[in-house]
Amino acid sequence: MGTQPLLLTVITFLPVLSVAALLLLRSDDHTWIRRIALAASVAEFVVSVLLLRGFDSSEASYQFQEFHHWIGATIHYHLGVDGISLFLVLLTTFLTPLAVLCSWKSIHEHVKGFFVSLLVIETAMIGVFVSLDLFLFFVFWELTLIPMYFMIGMWGHERRIYAAVKFILYTMLGSILMLVAILWLFNQTGTFDLLQIQALLQSGRIVLPSNVELLLFGAFFLAFAIKVPLFPLHTWLPDAHTEAPTAGSVILAGVMLKLGTYGILRFCLPLFPVAAHRMATPIAVLAIIGIVYGALVATVQHDLKRLVAYTSVSHLGFVVLGIFAFNAISIQGAVYQMLNHGVSTGALFLSVGMLYDRRHTHEIKEYGGLATPMPVLMSFFLFICLSSLALPPLNGFIGEFLILIGTFQAHHAWAAWAASGALLSAIYLLWAYQRVALGEVTVEKNKALPDASPRERLILASVAVVIVFMGIASPLFTRRMATSTNVMLQQMDDQLQRRQEAARPLAGPPVGSQAVIVPPSHQAYPALASVAGRRVQP
Amino acid sequence: MIHLPAEQLANLHRLAPEVVLCLFGIVIMALEPFVRGAGRRALGWVGFSGALVALVSVHLAARLPGRAYSNLISVDRFSVFVHVVVIGAAALAILGSLDYLDQEGIQRGEYYALVLFAAAGMGILAGANELVTAFIGLEMSSISSYVLVGFRRRALSSNEASLKYFLLGSFATAFFLYGIAMVYGATGTTRIDLIQAAFRNAPLTALAILGLGLIFVGLGFKVVAAPFQAYGPDVYEGAPTPVTALLASAPKVATFAVMLRIFYVSFGAAGDIWFWAIWVSAVLTMFVGNLAALVQTNVKRMLAYSSIAHAGYILVAFAASTDLGIAAVLFYLAAYVLMKVGAFLVVTHLGQQGEQRLAIQDYAGLGSKQPVLAACFSLFLLSLLGLPATGGFFGKFFAFQSALDAHSIHGNWIIWLVILAAINSVIGAYYYLRVIIAMYFWAPSKDYVPTAVAPALSFALAVAAIGTLYLGLIPGRVLVLAQTAAQSLTLR
Repeated sequence: MGTQPLLLTVITFLPVLSVAALLLLRSDDHTWIRRIALAASVAEFVVSVLLLRGFDSSEASYQFQEFHHWIGATIHYHLGVDGISLFLVLLTTFLTPLAVLCSWKSIHEHVKGFFVSLLVIETAMIGVFVSLDLFLFFVFWELTLIPMYFMIGMWGHERRIYAAVKFILYTMLGSILMLVAILWLFNQTGTFDLLQIQALLQSGRIVLPSNVELLLFGAFFLAFAIKVPLFPLHTWLPDAHTEAPTAGSVILAGVMLKLGTYGILRFCLPLFPVAAHRMATPIAVLAIIGIVYGALVATVQHDLKRLVAYTSVSHLGFVVLGIFAFNAISIQGAVYQMLNHGVSTGALFLSVGMLYDRRHTHEIKEYGGLATPMPVLMSFFLFICLSSLALPPLNGFIGEFLILIGTFQAHHAWAAWAASGALLSAIYLLWAYQRVALGEVTVEKNKALPDASPRERLILASVAVVIVFMGIASPLFTRRMATSTNVMLQQMDDQLQRRQEAARPLAGPPVGSQAVIVPPSHQAYPALASVAGRRVQP
Repeated sequence: MIHLPAEQLANLHRLAPEVVLCLFGIVIMALEPFVRGAGRRALGWVGFSGALVALVSVHLAARLPGRAYSNLISVDRFSVFVHVVVIGAAALAILGSLDYLDQEGIQRGEYYALVLFAAAGMGILAGANELVTAFIGLEMSSISSYVLVGFRRRALSSNEASLKYFLLGSFATAFFLYGIAMVYGATGTTRIDLIQAAFRNAPLTALAILGLGLIFVGLGFKVVAAPFQAYGPDVYEGAPTPVTALLASAPKVATFAVMLRIFYVSFGAAGDIWFWAIWVSAVLTMFVGNLAALVQTNVKRMLAYSSIAHAGYILVAFAASTDLGIAAVLFYLAAYVLMKVGAFLVVTHLGQQGEQRLAIQDYAGLGSKQPVLAACFSLFLLSLLGLPATGGFFGKFFAFQSALDAHSIHGNWIIWLVILAAINSVIGAYYYLRVIIAMYFWAPSKDYVPTAVAPALSFALAVAAIGTLYLGLIPGRVLVLAQTAAQSLTLR
């Protein structure tokens, strides 16, 4: 059990503190702005690794908790991590220094503003992962939007303004309805604290009528599904990812999309298990459509960055599918795949960004035969592609494999359809690699392109190390996640069972939209012995 | 020494803010003929200090809660809260006007006197415990603002706005007065608390409801709620921008205050009936304001429509008809005044001589030319949008929360109201962000020569910005004040 008080607060606000240091610098002192941003983000990574040391993998509840009053009696500053959020925090702190490094030379204008935005986004994203108060969570959730909006709008490519507006309006539509749902949940439970709400719902002291639960689930899920993005809500993604600067795409694809899947795992499932089960099939179908559709559309892209963007639609479909298979293995796989996707797709955007720095185009036909002038960069590119298409023993394989196994146990057909996505990913990534790297150099300009610089080698090598490490040492990760995911599943099951039994004497679901308070005597139900690999019936 | 009976002293004590405001106004008018040129600017500072002294005297009055002048005026925590907000808005508007009037060549003492008289009228409105007194307060503030709107005498738009505001405004106050007459006919009294008592003993009559409807028309006009909003954008656009800042903030606060008193206290028994009027008006107001703001290219006019939309959000909290709803309205008003006055003061500065530069293109590249001003404006816009860490967010948050909380009273309709409000705030995001896009993402226009922000205006902007952040980060204290204010209104 983590004991360091304040550690999470430090991790959350260290980037913002370094922003204060950046603001003191002169705006044209680009060198020092970059250095301080790098130093801050590396320091942040080092501090966040301390979390691993104190983390107790046998403990299912939240660790490193901090609890203070903030506004009135109901809104608290409540932080904590469990096996799910722990690694997402680490993913964030790992990718941010890389994002700083990859912007070292490509950002020339408003350098200060750029790094300030980047570090503010880091704080906001970490805040989302560690908040245990719905209100605090929402504040951080909204806080991610504005700096990212500026990042796309100010430092993006040609259609940046269109992409930035589309990004922010889509996300806001979802999140404002989530705010209403959060308020409604508060209205029913009298608290914003996630743990308290969970305890109230779990103990059966408060039972949400099923139609209300469905609406609340819908409001939360819509916000998260837009962020993920789940087909058909994905249309903001290709624009935002393509138009954002490299660092923006890395952060967007690497971490920000996980805010959505994380939210589903953290809120939609534990708080509204009955609704989640009711909606599982349609959501899984949408996820599968996303997997196949994203893959097919990626295949026909002629813009390299857009291609990578569509791979996210496909890969995140896997994650959503894994979650809604409600199976211990598939959910573990989903969490692991969130990390993998962060690393691999982040790395894909990094390498595409390196190509863009050289040629200022994303058109695949402008490239070709690049393996000749830049063998190192292209070898890394191939390696990253292989990781992304889930080649064993690299990281992507573990995640996809766990998801497919778990899903197969739940629904054969779902797994079969999803597996086709895995196949398609090999096609579009290898074909893209072939068109970019193999064969003769077709464009004259490309013959003299410089190979990876030491800075770029450092970026790519650190990603490659993580890719290999996550591939061969996956138990180190899954062991820490398993406790949290299993307990979550078990609590969902308990709640489902209780609801079924509670519904029987009442003859049907409770009527009306007010919460029904069930007396405490209804609480005692035997916990289920094992959850692994079992399909849950709603 | 003149000897005053104790009761008279208590009356004066309770009416201290209004007395102070009027005294300073009269002093300014008396000094006006004797000062020339730069001296007139000094009258502005007299006006500002008048507002400050009035703020202090609000605290004096607050020490002696109770009724004044045979129950015509009521000093309670509610009226104190509203007084502070209204007089604070007037003080900020005066600071914003000092350099503007110089620049436009219309520096005159009477301007500041009128602002003070208007503030005094709004103070009476906030404390009125009697409908005719409320009417006097309403007229005092309205007539002063008719003149203020037309203060750019040589500008056609200002004249047009003034005339339009005067004609329609007189019409609206007539509705209000007619409503009072009907309520008097139905209950035999014009005292707000006695009307409440009258309905406790006797059923609501059609005449009383009709009177309430007419009162709603008159007050709805003043808060620029749909369907009485049509004059708003024209008047706001034509008025000198600092006057717009005042007009869009303080009268709304005071009018909402008197609306709360009349609807919640006098007509608390008719809650089921007026809920629908508020519901419909809130939905219309939000949609009309937001949809019309979407297509504006003039930032001043866009902000005018946005203030219509905000009246709609306030009406959402108003519809709750609970103590929590009153508190949410009050908190929203406080946050709203800070961000709206702040935004209009930025527009005041950027408009330059003759208010030439109001189009969105004129804001292009402001982020690189005047980073601090652009950051301030972004803060106000993001707060109007309702982004966390700003006062506007908490305003919306508490408004939605109070409305949802009233679900047990009003059923699912109020949930729909909140959902519609939520959708509206996303619509609003588009046009607020468009200004930010222009400021940061567009290339700066070459012909624009930035002028330094004058000290008085920068001080006003700093106050508004810090206040907006304060309400967004640690709203607890103000919220508690709003809650106690709400209780003082309904506990009688």
